[in-house]
Amino acid sequence: MSEITLIEAIRQAMDEELARDKNAFVIGEDVGVRGGVFRATVGLFEKYGPERVVDSPLAELTIVGVGIGAALYGKHPICEIQFADFIFPAFNQIISEAAKMTYRSNGEWTVPMVIRAPYGGGISGGLYHSQSVEAFFTHVPGLKVVIPSNPYDAKGLLKSAIRDPNPVMFFEPKKGYRLIKGEVPDNEDYIVPIGPAKVSREGKDLSVFAYGMMHHYVLQAAETVAKEGIDVEVVDLRTLYPVDRETILESVHKTSKALIVHEDNLTGGYGAEVAATIAEWGFKDLDAPVRRLAGPDVPAVPFSTPMQDWFMVNPDKIAKAIRDLAAF
Amino acid sequence: MTLSTEKKKEMFWMMLLSRRLDERAWVLHRQGKIAFHISGIGQEAAQIGAVYALTQGKDWLVPYYRDLAMLLAMGMTPTEFVISLMGKVGEPSSGARQMPSHFGLRRARVVSHSAPVATQSPHASGIALGIRMDRKDEVVLTTIGEGSTSQGEWYEAVNFAAVHSLPVIFLVENNEYAISVPQEKQMAVKSSADKACGLGLPGIQVDGTQVFEVYEAVLEAVERARKGAGATVIEAKMYRLTPHSSDDDDRSYRSREEVEAHKKKDPILLAKNQLIVEGLLTEAEYEKLEEKARAEVDESVRIATEAPYPRGEDAANPVYAEEVQHV
Repeated sequence: MSEITLIEAIRQAMDEELARDKNAFVIGEDVGVRGGVFRATVGLFEKYGPERVVDSPLAELTIVGVGIGAALYGKHPICEIQFADFIFPAFNQIISEAAKMTYRSNGEWTVPMVIRAPYGGGISGGLYHSQSVEAFFTHVPGLKVVIPSNPYDAKGLLKSAIRDPNPVMFFEPKKGYRLIKGEVPDNEDYIVPIGPAKVSREGKDLSVFAYGMMHHYVLQAAETVAKEGIDVEVVDLRTLYPVDRETILESVHKTSKALIVHEDNLTGGYGAEVAATIAEWGFKDLDAPVRRLAGPDVPAVPFSTPMQDWFMVNPDKIAKAIRDLAAF
Repeated sequence: MTLSTEKKKEMFWMMLLSRRLDERAWVLHRQGKIAFHISGIGQEAAQIGAVYALTQGKDWLVPYYRDLAMLLAMGMTPTEFVISLMGKVGEPSSGARQMPSHFGLRRARVVSHSAPVATQSPHASGIALGIRMDRKDEVVLTTIGEGSTSQGEWYEAVNFAAVHSLPVIFLVENNEYAISVPQEKQMAVKSSADKACGLGLPGIQVDGTQVFEVYEAVLEAVERARKGAGATVIEAKMYRLTPHSSDDDDRSYRSREEVEAHKKKDPILLAKNQLIVEGLLTEAEYEKLEEKARAEVDESVRIATEAPYPRGEDAANPVYAEEVQHV
């Protein structure tokens, strides 16, 4: 085992899959010589050449639309959208084309493709380098939506995504790229399956559901409140679509209280789906209302630090929400 | 390459069959037997000319919704088309999930397309990228209406193919109208082929009512693409002789005189006259072809009428590739 960063885990996953699968290739802005603006593809251009690490024009729908075409041909494109905020020019291709291709062709055509995009705030990125966009895609049958929270899962899930025969949206918590470190096996071709959530901390008093950067913060908050005698169970959702209802409901059955945390806007955010799942199938287990802690309903994260801090969910805000729910 | 007499007659036959099938679709709609039809009447010459420049089973077609004649030439049967009009079992493009004329035919390398226009164009470039990666000499033909070349997706697709010198032919079927909106409200250039010069690839104009002229133009582009010399934009100019679809009434935006004038330049008539002048077809042979087309269309309607509808619950899948049973 070696301790590596989240971004290094992502780079290793792509490196290993490019080596394993001759049909896999990377396409995106600055992914070639530059190695990606976040350095996710560093070294890959030198190793695999310009045909398998393709510097695209500065046009997101090109990246995804061309990726879909290549996938129809039999390739396994790994599309990089430089920031999730810039995915919307490709939205039509993702929703109208990639997501519907298998269904609309009655299975004649499929789109084995990954779309990677760094998401999330707290990095002084302002409105257009901070957004969380997962809720736009967790509404869409035909897509799979994955958000890892740690290096082990990031590597294993990305390898699964590249091998998956469907379009997979793979959102990476960019604030955690270098902040979050973890153990990853050396010289082992492991994968983490798309689908199952994971109980990342066992507890009995209440359940907190999160993913990505917020999951990292939830673990920190759980340690803080543990010293005050609150025993928190933490569930890392990992795959948002299709949703792992079983793991969510099992945890609520055990703790009887649920808090969902995400940095995306509150209204219509992914927390609403988790809350609805619990309300519909876990109602009898509940000892308290389901709570959500999320970004406020303003359009996006402001640049100026005090305003950014006001927007962002952080370990202190999470600890407070946990205390409130525990006291209910 | 000079076309043989047999090939020319075959091309004319495909145009004629497509026309008679398309006309029957309008009749079926008026009879209340189908819910919707979108027509390719007036565009058969461009479609047949272009698709005959491909090598079947090897090259790729990424079509749009007026390409009935192309689909027939690529191997979709008239019966399969009537089944698609009726949304019944055996519909080859989508298992009757999509509206009629939203084509796809995997067995002939015809890629599934949707209704938001120009979304198919980047797929053509992506397929061509795959061809390049695998060092194959396959080419991709993709089609679009002139109105849809206003979409950014078309520009991005052409740009990418030009940057990478990919083996794609972007055929614009300019039928003068995007539903009701004429060409002059779509573009300031005289031809969508003129857009190519801003993207760094050849743009060719051809008379889209002349099947053999289209064939020559597309064949040249196919040969260029196949030898690695890159993509071409071709605009084939024609006229949409019918309303946009069975839900449209074109009397609200164009005169009957205009439509009637274009009917004199009907590509079926032009091809027929040319074959007769060249001594390749007689009136008697032509009448036989008409008879054959009528019989094939009648038979297709009969079979499709008797075909069963899918079950409601067949709509449940396949959403994901894992659910696909026959792949």
